Amino acid sequence: MARIAGVDLPPKKRAEVGLTYIYGIGRTRSRSILFRANIDFSTKVADLTEDQVSKLRQIIEDEGAVEGDLRKEFSLNVKRLIEMGSYRGLRHRRGLPVRGQRTHTNARTRKGPRRGTVANKKKVGKA
Amino acid sequence: MGRSLYKGPFADDHLVKKVADMNDKNEKKVVRTWSRRSTILPDFIGHTIAVHNGKKFIPVYITENMVGHKLGEFSPTRVFKGHSAKAAEKGKPS
Repeated sequence: MARIAGVDLPPKKRAEVGLTYIYGIGRTRSRSILFRANIDFSTKVADLTEDQVSKLRQIIEDEGAVEGDLRKEFSLNVKRLIEMGSYRGLRHRRGLPVRGQRTHTNARTRKGPRRGTVANKKKVGKA
Repeated sequence: MGRSLYKGPFADDHLVKKVADMNDKNEKKVVRTWSRRSTILPDFIGHTIAVHNGKKFIPVYITENMVGHKLGEFSPTRVFKGHSAKAAEKGKPS
């Protein structure tokens, strides 16, 4: 069982995809990591040798933050924006889109489920 | 697209000059400016700059965190007073 950065990788997936189960690793980064480790993209996670796994661990380590560290970094960034009173911080505080998107319609990802429209089901709390 | 590095950060000269003057004389005055587009440079730290929001000047005290952002980011141009009473229950500002 391959366990990297506190995440169990799905044994049946290809390594290229398996690595993306780690927060902060997408397909691109996954590929570059495998490339550096000299592992074929298509190797199943279950077929990785211990050596290969520890090599992956090492590469991921010195490539930068993943999982908890990355999440922390992200929330610190958001906090910084909020604390210095910038416009972007304000948008974060209100749970509205930060990068100038329209809010007349859409923006549901940031605003959460619709609230208070006519004959709507029960009201949903602020996301 | 980001700005080319070789140019360095952009800030309007008139503002940079004013701040530099203040730094030379070691004084702190509130500088009024319309130059929302200017990047906040490390020289600005500790000064208060009154940034125009289209209607009035919003005093912004520059801290270290703000370096690299633009002045306009700290002087909101829109006032949202909420929707009518009927809609007030949803999406009220915090």
